[in-house]
Amino acid sequence: MAQDLIGPKRLVVGAHYGAKDWLAQRLTAIVMAVYTVVLLYLFLTGSNFSYEGWAGLFARQWFKLLTLAAVLCLLYHAWVGMRNVWMDYIKAAGLRLVLQLATIVWLLVCAAYTAQILWSV
Amino acid sequence: MSEAVREVARKERPQFRNIHITDIVRYRLPLPGKVSIMHRISGVLMFVLLPFILWLLDLSLKSETTFDYFKGVLSLPLVKLIVLALSWAYIAHFSAGLRHLALDLHYAGEKASARKTAGTVLAVTAVLTVLVALKLFGVF
Repeated sequence: MAQDLIGPKRLVVGAHYGAKDWLAQRLTAIVMAVYTVVLLYLFLTGSNFSYEGWAGLFARQWFKLLTLAAVLCLLYHAWVGMRNVWMDYIKAAGLRLVLQLATIVWLLVCAAYTAQILWSV
Repeated sequence: MSEAVREVARKERPQFRNIHITDIVRYRLPLPGKVSIMHRISGVLMFVLLPFILWLLDLSLKSETTFDYFKGVLSLPLVKLIVLALSWAYIAHFSAGLRHLALDLHYAGEKASARKTAGTVLAVTAVLTVLVALKLFGVF
């Protein structure tokens, strides 16, 4: 029985060996890097650091959507990263599960807060 | 399978685990190792302080009044230190992340060149962080 689980006949379960998360972390990183460059460019070429200039930047619908996209990428990116950290350092499965759940809640709350901030400008 | 092959298979294999977080100070890490643990620490720091960052964004955008309050909050020395730490984290994570993407494309993966790019990441991070610090504390 045991040798049936070795090699190409290995029983594949659960974690997908992380390939999907690995790729997602790279792709979300690229989106955030592009957003950083766009934000820096608009900020540095805009008017002086005044409320009108700053809020005016975020008042545009396309910039709201771009910001939200970047934050949603951040959410997934941070989830993959924090999950790796918990898996590396927390050996007790129960505690690790609690921390992973707390991470998800933490990130979802942050995403909701971001949407609220963006659409109240 | 011959007896010899079985013997090899049964031999205890060496394990290369991540070092424990309390070992960081004791270990003399190579430059790429320093960049690696810096990437992790900066990422966790930004994750933990994410609500604080969003709160600052909220203040800066909500109204003219809260914008002034935002400027007041930002003038506090402790807040300046936190913002400096976050700036360091962003710069470090960004530049080390670009190096990661390059490594994934099999660019500069050899020992010598990986060491060189790790040094570049650390240098760029240090210079940009110092610039942010000078700006934050009003030198220019």
